[in-house]
Amino acid sequence: MRAMTYRGPYKLRVEEKDKPSIEHPNDAIVRVQLAAICGSDLHLYHGMMPDTRIGHTFGHEFIGVVDEIGSSVEHLQVGDRVMVPFNIFCGSCWFCARGLYSNCHNVNANATAVGGIYGYSHTTGGYDGGQAEYVRVPFADVGPVKIPDWMHDEDAVLLTDAAATGYFGAQLGEIAEGDTVVVLGAGPVGLIAAQSAWLMGAGRVIVVDHLTERLEKARTMAYAETLDYDEYDDIVVELKQQTDFLGADVVIEAVGAEADGSCLQHIAGTKLKLQGGSPVALNWAIDSVRKGGTVAVVGAYGPIPSAVKFGDAVNKGLSLRMNQTPVKRQWPRMFEHVRNGYLTPRAMVTHRFPLENISEAYHVFSAKLDGCIKPLILPSAS
Amino acid sequence: MTDPSKTHTRSTDELPIAYVPDRPQLRETPEQLRARIPGWGADLDPADRPSHPKLRYDPDGTGAHWRFPERQPGAEGRERSIEHAFVTPVFGTAQPLHGVSGHIRRLAYARYSEARLGHWLLLIVGDRVDAWGSHVRSFATLRPDNPVTQTGVLSEFSADGAARRGRSDRRHHLLDPVIVAGPWVAGAGAAVFGARRLLRRMAR
Ligand SMILES: NC(=O)c1ccc[n+]([C@@H]2O[C@H](COP(=O)([O-])OP(=O)(O)OC[C@H]3O[C@@H](n4cnc5c(N)ncnc54)[C@H](O)[C@@H]3O)[C@@H](O)[C@H]2O)c1
Ligand SMILES: [Zn+2]
Ligand SMILES: [Zn+2]
Repeated sequence: MRAMTYRGPYKLRVEEKDKPSIEHPNDAIVRVQLAAICGSDLHLYHGMMPDTRIGHTFGHEFIGVVDEIGSSVEHLQVGDRVMVPFNIFCGSCWFCARGLYSNCHNVNANATAVGGIYGYSHTTGGYDGGQAEYVRVPFADVGPVKIPDWMHDEDAVLLTDAAATGYFGAQLGEIAEGDTVVVLGAGPVGLIAAQSAWLMGAGRVIVVDHLTERLEKARTMAYAETLDYDEYDDIVVELKQQTDFLGADVVIEAVGAEADGSCLQHIAGTKLKLQGGSPVALNWAIDSVRKGGTVAVVGAYGPIPSAVKFGDAVNKGLSLRMNQTPVKRQWPRMFEHVRNGYLTPRAMVTHRFPLENISEAYHVFSAKLDGCIKPLILPSAS
Repeated sequence: MTDPSKTHTRSTDELPIAYVPDRPQLRETPEQLRARIPGWGADLDPADRPSHPKLRYDPDGTGAHWRFPERQPGAEGRERSIEHAFVTPVFGTAQPLHGVSGHIRRLAYARYSEARLGHWLLLIVGDRVDAWGSHVRSFATLRPDNPVTQTGVLSEFSADGAARRGRSDRRHHLLDPVIVAGPWVAGAGAAVFGARRLLRRMAR
């Protein structure tokens, strides 16, 4: 089969690989029909995630058709069209039994501090991902869901991660009616977080980024106020002025480890890999939220320590809430919101690339060329 | 710099709200928000949101029909975090450890827990050794690494040959060449410097 493979930082190619096979009785093999590149994939692509092996196939946002099932699979049949949450999870460990699907203890032998994720290095379990023609889906009775007839494929593929994460981020903020919510980052995750903040009763939503097309999208798709941080000497001061010196009730950090905004942190974190990434956005969140407020972090960070302003967080009495998204837990309610038009994931799709051109897709998305917000990948077999 | 019309409604005596006890007044009523924003307030009740409460014990609602999953064969000798009691019942089998990078990575797993920086630094060294090794080995294959196609830089031009629109923020234009090329220039400088010292020493 054809599959994207990692060849080292900033380098990848499409290779002929063996089609995956059933390795456990509850496995399924899914033939991928549509996949996407996530902002998280950029952290791998840039060589920031420890134990990313040459030859690894990325991709944790995908939908497809069940091609084969293992002997113990009860809930799926060959031919079912499924959407697959980015989390690999068993459904029965201590954590899964309590709804923490992204923190499953039975699927990632390589680390205990993170669960299993498709195509996301060996640090999340060493599973090849869905930017390929076929993918192995463990625990087929637990993760995948049949795509409802009414759902658009492009909504379905974004619900497997980016959209679910935006919605989850807004929930982590514990938004109360009338709250002022700041969203840092107007990527796919931040845009859905902004839409979701309104559903939870926000009185004001302010989105901060520095890419004009994304800020434009935040205004048209999420009805948000926007701030381009490149236009301000100090975005924290601007946010204080905007909120009558109180600070925001809730800040959602949807940027992660490759934040721009401080040259020194950026170079130390993302270029020299001296820390687990650049925590600029996280520090902006801590400094611009009001005392006693909540910072919700869905931006991804590596396992290496970063220079976070923890003292400010303590002294301000903040609640810091965060996780990888337990995707499937969000779905029933999100399906309603998508159906009602309250959440509009596919409005963010700007580019569609054939799998064979995936190295270009990564370059365009990574370098933010062409106003790219969300690129989709179409495997040749589909 | 701030447009006063954009700020939060102030308290009546014109002191910023943070310095007085009043609650900030809403700039729009719920009715106005509901009229303007599709779905405003659909998840208003915090207790009725899918991720609340964080821990919700429901082992029967996951689809799992086992107490502990059957064990996937092939766990013997597979690397694992020493914070785990055993290799997990299900595990990834992509890219098993091999060669020099495999030894480095195996040491990282066997020697250090995830709590130790050594674990992660060794894994990063393993990554670089793996990358360089694969790069060199690729030249002995029919498909050597090709930096032009693999980095996708040709996508700077779209299919019709026209240049793609560059990024819309300005600082990157200025800094990217420095940040991307800087380490290479510094590395090349160091190499030249080192080689010259070596040559001089050998000449002596
Ligand atoms: N927790 C999870 O489960 C989960 C799931 C998906 C993605 N993520 C993470 O969420 C983050 C966002 O994902 P995405 O797909 O939207 O990525 P993206 O790269 O498309 O978007 C990130 C945005 O942040 C902006 N940005 C950079 N520095 C900033 C700063 N200092 N302040 C404000 N904005 C800044 C960028 O211009 C960009 O628009 C990534 O770190 C990703 O890894 C986490
Ligand atoms: Zn992702
Ligand atoms: Zn589990």
